[in-house]
Amino acid sequence: MTDQAGTPLLQIEDLSVCFKTDEGEVEALDRVSLQVDHAQTVGVVGESGCGKSVTAYSVMRLLPRPMGRISSGNIFFEGKNLLDLSADEMQGIRGNEIGMIFQEPMNALNPVQKIGVQLSEVFELHQPMEDHQAWSRSVQMLKAVGIPSPDTRMHEYPHQLSGGMRQRVVIAMALACRPKLIIADEPTTALDVTVQAQILDLLQNLRKEFSSSILLITHDLGVIAETCDQVCVMYAGRIVERGPTIKIFASPRHAYTRDLLASIPQLHGTPKTKLRTIEGIVPGLSDLNTGCRFGPRSGRAHNQEVLSQRPEFVEISEGHWVEACPVCMS
Amino acid sequence: MKDGEELLKVKDLRVHFPVRGGVFRKAIGACKAVDGVGFSLKKGQTLGLVGESGCGKSTLAKAIVQLVAPTSGQVCFQGFNSNEKGGGKQFCKSVQMVFQDPAESLNSRMTVGSIIQEPLEIHHIGSIPERSLRVQQLLEQVGLPPSSATRYPFEFSGGQRQRIGIARALALQPELLVLDEPVSALDVSVQSQVLNLLMDLQRDLGLSYLLIAHDLAVVRHISDVIAVMYLGKIVELAPANQIFSHPRHAYTKALLSAIPIADPSVKREKIIIPGDIPSPINPPPGCAFGHRVSAPNYDQSISGEMKWIEKDQDHWVLDCPCCTSN
Repeated sequence: MTDQAGTPLLQIEDLSVCFKTDEGEVEALDRVSLQVDHAQTVGVVGESGCGKSVTAYSVMRLLPRPMGRISSGNIFFEGKNLLDLSADEMQGIRGNEIGMIFQEPMNALNPVQKIGVQLSEVFELHQPMEDHQAWSRSVQMLKAVGIPSPDTRMHEYPHQLSGGMRQRVVIAMALACRPKLIIADEPTTALDVTVQAQILDLLQNLRKEFSSSILLITHDLGVIAETCDQVCVMYAGRIVERGPTIKIFASPRHAYTRDLLASIPQLHGTPKTKLRTIEGIVPGLSDLNTGCRFGPRSGRAHNQEVLSQRPEFVEISEGHWVEACPVCMS
Repeated sequence: MKDGEELLKVKDLRVHFPVRGGVFRKAIGACKAVDGVGFSLKKGQTLGLVGESGCGKSTLAKAIVQLVAPTSGQVCFQGFNSNEKGGGKQFCKSVQMVFQDPAESLNSRMTVGSIIQEPLEIHHIGSIPERSLRVQQLLEQVGLPPSSATRYPFEFSGGQRQRIGIARALALQPELLVLDEPVSALDVSVQSQVLNLLMDLQRDLGLSYLLIAHDLAVVRHISDVIAVMYLGKIVELAPANQIFSHPRHAYTKALLSAIPIADPSVKREKIIIPGDIPSPINPPPGCAFGHRVSAPNYDQSISGEMKWIEKDQDHWVLDCPCCTSN
């Protein structure tokens, strides 16, 4: 669904990101394109080190400087190119228009400031508001994310809250100014399954209530299956497959997606059988090949040509895009 | 000892940590991390232990391998009480532990070879050439190249480090491995490699496992028996299939429904448990889970006594008026 003008909420086009390291410049993202429409949840999934978080940080323009830099591509948010904005203009977008939920709630919160101070700071920074107004808005926000007795919680420090409660506070901060887009970077990875279910449920309800969109970054395919409309599968800095969640799970076309799905133990599978594995690990950024990157690890024979020439990204059915490596694509 | 014989028996095990306060640091209360746990494990089998963080899973594991002293109760291994004199050394050899985070459980200043042969040195097993031969054998067993012995842990990836941890645990040819969240720090593709390795080792060496994990799909895949733990107590214990098809305790049901399933076509009713696990320092009276979900019959559980009952064959439930169903 797009708005009247037909522009998607967020459109990333051919985004490449480089990092300076001791071994020279390495490419962390290689021409990544994805799109988030209004009121949609889009998931980005892949193993550690494949560039999921770098994508999120690029949209927020929070890449570590001076090591990280966007080398090419565009990021359009409601038609505006975020990469053309000045630092001040970007500051107005962060928090107001795009909110971010970080992975580890203990690190995202300041341990020596009270919850209330940290939360009302968000309001004061982004909206012209008196102190007491910001405070009462903060209390409302804590209530909205389901924290019991929010008035007393406002006077507590992060260490006094449990992991799930802290993540709720981080969500409250991200949603404080009712952003149109929420970027959630592994919001439930540090939490128990029961608390994860609470948080995902909360995110879905808030998304409906605030009619926001979510870009959800996770390594858990189960979380993707239960919450996302669209999914992008990333491998070694590239998106290898992208499409509606139902299609990707029902008929995955890229070998990486298929192997990833097959390596999770199934709840209705036969116990004690061999699980499908992907040998080795995600290649380091300094030794990436230009062609099909999953090739060397896939256990399927790739010739030199396939490994050196980048496969095209093709649409094989409506909305379902695959990196068309002749060996990896079924 | 043959397959199917009882290897480990835990009887009414309690681990209470004193809570100190006041000027003289007197004990003013107790944190009941493990509060009356009992189960038995047969040779060649895997017992999966699941529950939320803070329910006492890791403390229970540490009490079994004697890394913390139990307050009361018994751990019997092959019929001998492991707390008694004389049982110690043999027990240490036969029961080994694999830790959660392989980055933190390996000494970063030791080579992989010396990490793996350290247990042999401690127990005075073999001569120096015999030990290095054993290291080569172990590395091969866990699927690492022999050249790894001279390298350091930081040169390996997470999955490979966990293999080193497993090789170290296997050095003394144990009969029981206590695995404390062995795959939770790994990516799914690497996780499946380590799980396959564990299943192969069990088949080849006849090992028994006590597996602690919070990922229920993983636990179901490799366990024969599953125990669900809540606030220091086991609330349900049953064969793996049975517990997934017919859970009896309300907590087990909620835990099962909370697992995300990687199939968008499956639609099901989720049971969202409100709140967090209560503190084991001042647990609520009666049924702790009934208290958390404000179960309608919770009041009855305060006055009544909670007993272990066998609902079906081998299917044990901590019976309470508010949380168990037929």
